[in-house]
Amino acid sequence: MSKPKPTDIEKRVSAAGSTVTQSSETLLEVSDLTTYFRSSRGLVRAVDGVSFKLDRGKTLGIVGESGSGKTVLARSIMELLPRSGLERNGSILFEGTELIDFGPKEMRPYWGAQMSMIFQDPMTSLNPVMKIGNQISESIREHLDVSKQYAKELSEQLLVSVRIPEAARRLDEYPHQLSGGMRQRVCIAVALACGPKLLFADEPTTALDVTVQAQVLDLMATAQNERFMAMILITHDLGVVAGRTDEIVVMYAGRIVERADTKTLFSNMKMPYTEALLKSIPRVDQPSHLRLSTIPGRPPDLVNPPEGCKFAPRCAYAQDRCTQEEPPLREITPGHEYRCWFPVGTPEGAGALANNRAQGTTATGLVFQEPEVATTTRGDG
Amino acid sequence: MAGTGDAHLRPEEDSLLRVEDLVVTFSAGSKKVIQAVSGISLDVIDGETVGLVGESGCGKSTTGRAIVQLPRPVSGKVMLDGEDLTTLKGEALRRMRPEMQMIFQDPISSLNPRRKVRDIVSEGLDIWSVGDKASRDAKVDEVLNAVGIDPVNGDRLPHEFSGGQCQRISIARAMITNPKLIICDEPVSALDVSVQAQIINLLQDMKTRYGLTLIFIAHDLAVVKNVSDRVVVMYLGKTCEVGKPEILYRQPAHPYTAALLAAIPVPDPNVKVSTENILGGEVPSPVSPPSGCRFRTRCPRATELCAAEEPKMREAFSGQYVACHFPLSPGETIDFHSPVTAKN
Ligand SMILES: Nc1ncnc2c1ncn2[C@@H]1O[C@H](COP(=O)(O)OP(=O)(O)OP(=O)(O)O)[C@@H](O)[C@H]1O
Ligand SMILES: Nc1ncnc2c1ncn2[C@@H]1O[C@H](COP(=O)(O)OP(=O)(O)OP(=O)(O)O)[C@@H](O)[C@H]1O
Ligand code: SF4
Ligand code: SF4
Ligand SMILES: [Mg+2]
Ligand SMILES: [Mg+2]
Repeated sequence: MSKPKPTDIEKRVSAAGSTVTQSSETLLEVSDLTTYFRSSRGLVRAVDGVSFKLDRGKTLGIVGESGSGKTVLARSIMELLPRSGLERNGSILFEGTELIDFGPKEMRPYWGAQMSMIFQDPMTSLNPVMKIGNQISESIREHLDVSKQYAKELSEQLLVSVRIPEAARRLDEYPHQLSGGMRQRVCIAVALACGPKLLFADEPTTALDVTVQAQVLDLMATAQNERFMAMILITHDLGVVAGRTDEIVVMYAGRIVERADTKTLFSNMKMPYTEALLKSIPRVDQPSHLRLSTIPGRPPDLVNPPEGCKFAPRCAYAQDRCTQEEPPLREITPGHEYRCWFPVGTPEGAGALANNRAQGTTATGLVFQEPEVATTTRGDG
Repeated sequence: MAGTGDAHLRPEEDSLLRVEDLVVTFSAGSKKVIQAVSGISLDVIDGETVGLVGESGCGKSTTGRAIVQLPRPVSGKVMLDGEDLTTLKGEALRRMRPEMQMIFQDPISSLNPRRKVRDIVSEGLDIWSVGDKASRDAKVDEVLNAVGIDPVNGDRLPHEFSGGQCQRISIARAMITNPKLIICDEPVSALDVSVQAQIINLLQDMKTRYGLTLIFIAHDLAVVKNVSDRVVVMYLGKTCEVGKPEILYRQPAHPYTAALLAAIPVPDPNVKVSTENILGGEVPSPVSPPSGCRFRTRCPRATELCAAEEPKMREAFSGQYVACHFPLSPGETIDFHSPVTAKN
């Protein structure tokens, strides 16, 4: 095979997506994906029937509490999970190709070149004993047939593109010599090295300071625009997804419980869980000492989840029906789907709240707590 | 070396804790010295919550630890109820320990994994053999109940509890000696938002019920605003700005405070993300911090004066204090993209 001229590579690297038509066509389509782990306690249903589509160039946010299955979902799509004890079913169409039965061997050409991932802790994805430059060029040379020297030059360009000062010098440094923010930028450089069409970012800024977080998120957004790359941004920070995603999926107990475009999700959320999540975060525009709404209890055990709605034990709206019948994920208005019998802001929801308020408890025996943010400040009670 | 001044300190007789010109260094190999905390002054009034914010490595934890004399500061005073802890040694210092407790970020690893929860909680009483066994047990039950842990579960080990429950247990452990001051070092940073809200509310309830006085360390500005009566913003071992959260968040006077506030992601898609106006650059090494104002290598307002002379704390507006030669006036914004004039 003849070595491609640098200019070709440059095109691929800097504008991988631009060779395809820049229309909103589907890049990834996940249907009824399940990912279970066999354990001594039983089957851990980490991802339980997830379906969604992602168009080219778009950003999907995935939010949910710890253990809701966000990481497992991303790794399951990329086939980056340990195989032993794993049960993975459903369909993953990437540019029309079914990936669900692919093993690591078939997936190798996809990793890095088609889809790549940035992790929360940059140290886990960087090799601590390998120089930064070698890590990037190695990943380039795995997918692109270029000379060592050329890969090195490209590595430097990539570091410049992620705004690492003194890029040339950094190539010869080890990960521990960089700050956390710089390490994460190196990870982004590595992830972008082969011009993927889809980037998974799993809590990419959770370990970073706010100003560094803003820098890194900006950088990802720029890279994404330049390359027309799609992105799946996983985070528990609703503030991060609010400004940087087109669409948001809320996960609970391995399921999607609500999906909507970002504006709708924040302004017209239907799922009591989404509402509760949003209301539990303190905001800088609220006065000090405002009592925060809380979500009582914790997410269910994924080995023995409750019957009916998985959120019922913690839900202020819960009625008897919720404990018996699991609500299906229904698309009520185009592009907005959710799983709830008594949605927020509907007559059904209002009725459920009124009922629980009158009784003082919910159908699961939870002491009724108003889902509204209290207006009284703390300390007076 | 010049401290950052103490204009922001309140009358000495009013404060429960008064830290003056605290300096803490660490040695980093041959001849290198990490200037972790370089002349911090702060005070805490009885019943108040003082929040410490700033980015990773600015010295928040070191300040908290140096207050409890672990490690001992290089210089400066730490007055707790009029007594300078830095001058106390041995038994005299040990006697002060129950008066100050710490709560840490990682709830699970900060609890001894092999001890039963009730033993962990009663530790502070056992060391001092306070009261008899029965009265100590009763006290353990009381604080466990207060933090929302059923004492029936007191015989379990920490790993049998969730992260949020472990943080409740840490709070119970800290409260049991009726300390004058609790230093909370990122107590909710490792928790899910839902659990974070529970713990923040719990701390507030405990404050109201037991009159606790708190130093609350966190890098999340929204959390700090929620819990604090007074906020101290730190950068690279120095104090930048001190004030009441309501005013400080609305009217930051220090360019760094403004930078922090501008970078907070707001959970509202209608708020435009400021992709343009973000503070650039990196925090300089604490081994060789910049001369003058330590923020000057990243500050768009920096001039030669900032390199030559360290700004002293002074009143910017009523009740708000800033260490900056060119503070922002109310309503003024700052462009972080303009070039930094005084490099190094
Ligand atoms: N290899 C595995 N074997 C068994 N269970 C697993 C495995 N990996 C993950 N799980 C379980 O799957 C569930 C979902 O985990 P996952 O890491 O996806 O959560 P998450 O939403 O990413 O949470 P976080 O916000 O904490 O990262 C958890 O209950 C977890 O314990
Ligand atoms: N025991 C130690 N030995 C050497 N250096 C230390 C030690 N503890 C802290 N430092 C250094 O002192 C400086 C201040 O650290 P500190 O942990 O107080 O910061 P922080 O504001 O609490 O940061 P974070 O938000 O990351 O917890 C840092 O440069 C840190 O690396
Ligand atoms: S109202 Fe019922 S169905 Fe809807 S989230 Fe609550 S428990 Fe689930
Ligand atoms: S204007 Fe000068 S003193 Fe003020 S923060 Fe900037 S560099 Fe420091
Ligand atoms: Mg995860
Ligand atoms: Mg710290």
